[in-house]
Amino acid sequence: MTTRLPEPLPRDSAPDGRRPAIRITAVSNHDRAGASAEPEHVIELEDVSCWYGSFRAVRNVDLGIARQRITALIGPSGCGKSTLIRTMNRMNDLIPGYRTEGRVLFEGQDLSARTVDPVAVRRRVGMVFQKPNPFPKSVYDNVAFGPRINGYRGNMDELVEHSLRRAVLWDDVKDKLKQSGMALSGGQQQRLCIARTIAVEPEVILMDEPCSALDPRSTLQIEELMAELKRDYTIVIVTHNMQQAARASDTTIFMTMGDDRAGYVVEQGETIDIFTNPKHRLTEDYVSGRFG
Amino acid sequence: MTAQSLSLAHRRPLTERIIERLLFLAAALGVLTTFGIIAVLAFETFEFFLQVSPIEFLTGTRWSALIKPQSWGVLALVSGTLLVAMIALVIAIPLGLLAAVLLAEYATPRVRTVVKPILETIAGVPTIVLGFFGLNFIAPNLIRPLLGADNIGVFSALSGGIVVGLLITPLIASISEDSMRAVPRGMREGAFAMGATKFEVIRKVVFPAALSGIMASIILAMSRAIGETMAVVLTVGTKPQFTFDPTESVQTMTAFIVQISIGETAQGSIEYKSLFAVGATLFLMTFALNLLSGWIVRRFRTAY
Amino acid sequence: MSSLAPSVRSAARFEPALMRRKLSGTVFYGACLAAIGLLMLALVALLVDVFVRAAPWLDIDFLTGVPSSRPARAGILPALVGTFEIGLIVGLLTFPIGVAAAIYLAEYASDSRLNRLLQANISNLAGVPSIIYGILGLALFVRALALGPTILAGALTLSLLILPVVIIASIEALKAVPQAQREGAYALGATRWQMVRRSILPAAAPGIMTGIILAMARAIGEAAPLILIGAFTFVTFLPNPIEGQYTVLPIQIYGWAQRPQADFQGISAAAIVVILVLMLVLNALALIVRARLSRHIQW
Repeated sequence: MTTRLPEPLPRDSAPDGRRPAIRITAVSNHDRAGASAEPEHVIELEDVSCWYGSFRAVRNVDLGIARQRITALIGPSGCGKSTLIRTMNRMNDLIPGYRTEGRVLFEGQDLSARTVDPVAVRRRVGMVFQKPNPFPKSVYDNVAFGPRINGYRGNMDELVEHSLRRAVLWDDVKDKLKQSGMALSGGQQQRLCIARTIAVEPEVILMDEPCSALDPRSTLQIEELMAELKRDYTIVIVTHNMQQAARASDTTIFMTMGDDRAGYVVEQGETIDIFTNPKHRLTEDYVSGRFG
Repeated sequence: MTAQSLSLAHRRPLTERIIERLLFLAAALGVLTTFGIIAVLAFETFEFFLQVSPIEFLTGTRWSALIKPQSWGVLALVSGTLLVAMIALVIAIPLGLLAAVLLAEYATPRVRTVVKPILETIAGVPTIVLGFFGLNFIAPNLIRPLLGADNIGVFSALSGGIVVGLLITPLIASISEDSMRAVPRGMREGAFAMGATKFEVIRKVVFPAALSGIMASIILAMSRAIGETMAVVLTVGTKPQFTFDPTESVQTMTAFIVQISIGETAQGSIEYKSLFAVGATLFLMTFALNLLSGWIVRRFRTAY
Repeated sequence: MSSLAPSVRSAARFEPALMRRKLSGTVFYGACLAAIGLLMLALVALLVDVFVRAAPWLDIDFLTGVPSSRPARAGILPALVGTFEIGLIVGLLTFPIGVAAAIYLAEYASDSRLNRLLQANISNLAGVPSIIYGILGLALFVRALALGPTILAGALTLSLLILPVVIIASIEALKAVPQAQREGAYALGATRWQMVRRSILPAAAPGIMTGIILAMARAIGEAAPLILIGAFTFVTFLPNPIEGQYTVLPIQIYGWAQRPQADFQGISAAAIVVILVLMLVLNALALIVRARLSRHIQW
């Protein structure tokens, strides 16, 4: 007896999955002054700086992440890309001595406000890590982990299957659901991590160099997956692989490290512009391989 | 080529080989020790079993070595040992694991500099001191007031169990802490990223992953509790009886061995030989537990 | 506690129940703190109780006198001397043998079955109850080798007891030395022993010395094996290492603690204070030795 999984609220979008043709305003119970429509950017950073103790790792960043597009964050290694992306789901809070200055807005709300609980944020802004980190549990339990702790009230089997299908992993594991998630290959493990991330139905998926530990074929599979996922999720991906950024993303943000060892955003724009017609000299140097 | 020109032949082979032999002998001393223990215990136990039936020894529940009529049911001593060990584990497992979680998951470096020394001090105190503590503080100030001086005497399995529990808590805490720290950070981050609270990450990710190490630590602690002597000798008493009532005074295998050696027992007498038989039982029990602990770690260790 | 506006998409299907989950986390954290508090309390209670009982009895006469049937005149000099003598002999024995065995297992033996068996054996020995070593010592040193119930027999027994611990600690210290040190020495044409003696041992010295000092601290606190060997609880003269009766601090403590009179508990407590101070000194020594020896090591 199969029941259809209710679809998430439809977001009107043009067939090519790009900018919505018609925007539908979500009806919210909360009365927020001056916010009657969904903000243009899902996530916005206003003058954000990241401090580890007395060391500033990232300085004065202003950027916006557009809804349902893939935004790539590129730059030389060590310039603070990971730190920056981790402000978006408050993962940096786990590091003692860390603090964020400035405002990180998610759907118009300041994430670093005292009343906002990071635990609540992380269900809605998910993350996939550089090194696949499945739990030493069965494939099923890996995917079910998030829904279970977040009090999912539906058919778990269907949710697990649905998530695995979206992550293009279902066919590989459908008879192996009870096997350990760590027994899968590297690419499969990463797709398992993606599956469990989308099982809690986030709105944004952050990806911190998700392919750097994988072989080229798995990398390609993940990139194809990302293009698919873009239809329902906003994706932000940190990558040091410029070709990947050029191939897979709609928007690109370029960061570099300043003389004070703090990272800062140099330029943000449509991917095609960044790579063929960058506005800044530094950007041009980086994308043409002169440094980094 | 003369002997003085540059030669590529081995230099000083004899010295190197001698040294290697000496070093090997030192390492082999360990094997000799094990053989020695097994040989001594086996030989004397065998002699003991020439006079006392093994069946009576292994299944009898009355032990009376010094008071006639003599009876050689080792289960009386084993039950005393296990009773004390169980009480000790009931105390040490929660305290040790909570301390381990604190150290592994919650503690800042400052907290560590306070907590670690406390655990190490408890572990380093000579066990006779803990026995003294049980006799002079725990029994009169804690146990007897709480349970009523009529219900429980100065000597009891409970008193011994409490101090032995204190004794083995650092063992559980430190091994469990190591196991939990060995869980890779990436695994915790993955759980946090899905909106888990810290307690959930500990409960559902770290603890299950570290479980084999934690279980091994508990078994090792049990083995240690079984083999403990001085802490029980002052607190538990000298009344061998087959009981699981913690308020009773009992006698452990280790305490019996001490009792026989201190007393004026003639060498070669049956009482003297019983010392070895009890020692053999003790050795087998702790040896089996130690092997079990090692096996658990090897078999169930989570591969990262 | 979250004022994050709920996501419209899936609000109906997830009930995060954040407050309840956070509350159980806080309760758990409280339990962890309570556990540590309890342990700290127990330690403090122990120390305070011992010191309070010991205070009236601790004086110079106590440290320099001999046991007596009258607590007021009792002293622990024979026990102190016995402890020192045994400690010294144990140290002298376990240091070369333990380190030698560790060097063999860590540097010379290949990862063969024999090696793993030897190491497993040593691990097992480390877990054998101390009283069993007493039984072995009784049969081997006191009887078979006819050493009698002397300090020498006691020292040999205790050495066997702590040897596995010393070996394990030394192996760890040796293994902690980076492989690059060995390769560097070999590349200069050193034989294996030269490399070990000149390069590895000095580097592992802090860990090895710390391990030995701590093992000796443990040996000094042991009573059970020595009781088996025949150490006495009432010795009024200074012991001769190779013949005659002797006693050590833990056994003296035990002997007095067995007497029900409060005065005897008092002098037992005083002896406990002495041994605790001894332990403290040894632990401090271990820390100092480690710090001094590892001054030049920086990896």
